[in-house]
Amino acid sequence: MSGRRGRDRVAATVLHTLLVAGLLVMVGPFLWMLLSSFKSFGEILRSPPTWWPHDPTLDNYSVLLRRLDFPAYFANSVVVAVLTTAGNLLFCAAAGYALAKLRFAGSRLLFAVVLGTIMVPGIVTLVPLFVLVSNLGLVNSYAGLVLPFLAQAFGVFLMRQFMLSIPDDLLEAARIDGAGELRIFWRIVLPLSRPALATLGILTFLASWNNFLWPLVAATTEDRYTLPVALALYSIGQNRARYDLLLAGSVLVVVPVLVVFVALQRHFVRGIATTGLR
Amino acid sequence: MTGWGFALPFAGLFAVFTAGPVLASLVMSFTDLRSTDLRHPLAVEPVGLDNYQRLFGDELFLRAARNTGIFVLLGVPLTMAAALLVALGLSSGLTRFRTAFRVGYYLPVVTSIVAISVVWRFLLQPDTGLVDRLLGLVGLDGPNWLNDTSLALPTLIVMAAWRNLGFAMVIFLAGLQAIPRELYEAARMDGAGRLAQLRFVTLPVLRPTVLFVAVITTIGYVQFFEEPFVMTQGGPLDATLSTAYHTYNQFGFGNYGYASAMSYLLFLVIVLLSIAWFRLLRSNT
Repeated sequence: MSGRRGRDRVAATVLHTLLVAGLLVMVGPFLWMLLSSFKSFGEILRSPPTWWPHDPTLDNYSVLLRRLDFPAYFANSVVVAVLTTAGNLLFCAAAGYALAKLRFAGSRLLFAVVLGTIMVPGIVTLVPLFVLVSNLGLVNSYAGLVLPFLAQAFGVFLMRQFMLSIPDDLLEAARIDGAGELRIFWRIVLPLSRPALATLGILTFLASWNNFLWPLVAATTEDRYTLPVALALYSIGQNRARYDLLLAGSVLVVVPVLVVFVALQRHFVRGIATTGLR
Repeated sequence: MTGWGFALPFAGLFAVFTAGPVLASLVMSFTDLRSTDLRHPLAVEPVGLDNYQRLFGDELFLRAARNTGIFVLLGVPLTMAAALLVALGLSSGLTRFRTAFRVGYYLPVVTSIVAISVVWRFLLQPDTGLVDRLLGLVGLDGPNWLNDTSLALPTLIVMAAWRNLGFAMVIFLAGLQAIPRELYEAARMDGAGRLAQLRFVTLPVLRPTVLFVAVITTIGYVQFFEEPFVMTQGGPLDATLSTAYHTYNQFGFGNYGYASAMSYLLFLVIVLLSIAWFRLLRSNT
């Protein structure tokens, strides 16, 4: 018995060593990004690279925030992500409730169409969406950035699956007490669905914050760029070698998301494990 | 009809901005629509299968399709194998700090691919980059990862595995958790060691989870775009041009019908690959 326990201890040590090494590979690039964003351009260019910033400076950030338009890009990203998230929470919760708990003609068809589009890659709708948004006169507007993502298939799927587990008796009792459908939805269904709403809210916010292809196409002037679009275009434009600025820009894109993720990571795991979707 | 009352706002938006465009894209792929027709998209000429035929004479498309194929064929198994190893390590019952590990391995999944691509381009720089610096510490001379026609695509594949393995890991962990303890106890009674348990209990029971991860990862990888856009602009010499990138470029040139055809082919490939995974991994029972 003691032999086996000894072997387990060796196995555990080896395993922890490997997992920690792997963890360094996963987290290291983020630490390197953060450290390097405090280095001057001269230090960035040094070969071999320095580990710790010799002369830590906030200049990169002040250039981004004062001389370049990063506050505007940041604000655009926030506006787009907040509107997209709010819309999905409202529309997907309402439609999810209808599909889970109310009988109506065409509900099966609606659900089938929604599910049928889940595998369609985003680039398939790129051209018709651009034609549509152009003809609506919404290119380079917040509406043009947000509208195509307000009602997404996976949100309805998530809400419907969760709401199926709400007991029918509860809703029936409320109906007998004379509550209208709107009141039941607002006072009973939504509060009970809080965990699903939290998951959907976080996942939608992240997807919107990181979204790239559509804002790249739909935001045509700098004042409408979201953060990823601005960062990508700087990184292939005339600033392509200015890693001091590019890394500080990356920090602005990544850090808010990391903070949200680490604070709320339990919701992620639940959402991903129950729906399997990001 | 209260049902429609609740569903209508969603259904309306979904019809206009998702379902409609999915169909419109198919229709456009059979026309010669160009950006100059933007105001009158209905006045274009049908051209039958011309756009699809043209694809097979387009050298750049064929190159992009090959790159995308390699990216998917190597990237998906690599990502899944790495994720499975981590998940098995974390669920072995020997590991402490599991939440910290899980959060750490999942971090890249939640971050912008654009930002990650910028950071990795910096890490992979010759001379001033961290990767070559670390190789130098063990006496190796790092190559010019992103400027070498034979290395650029494999480098992007490894980076994609790095970014996405956390997602597969979380799904695998959920699948592993659902395996009943009794199965392992029964196997141990029959004298099965850890490896035998892995082969005869864990992997067969995990098969539906593996199928799910394979399909989701494949769908994502078939569309890879941001990495080459930021890191290589499709170069060197089109070595990292992907189908989605080529589609985006054709859209930029105003060839809307042609871009639609290409995007629909991508969709078709996703469906076919999903069916292939299903055939390969469906349970035998």
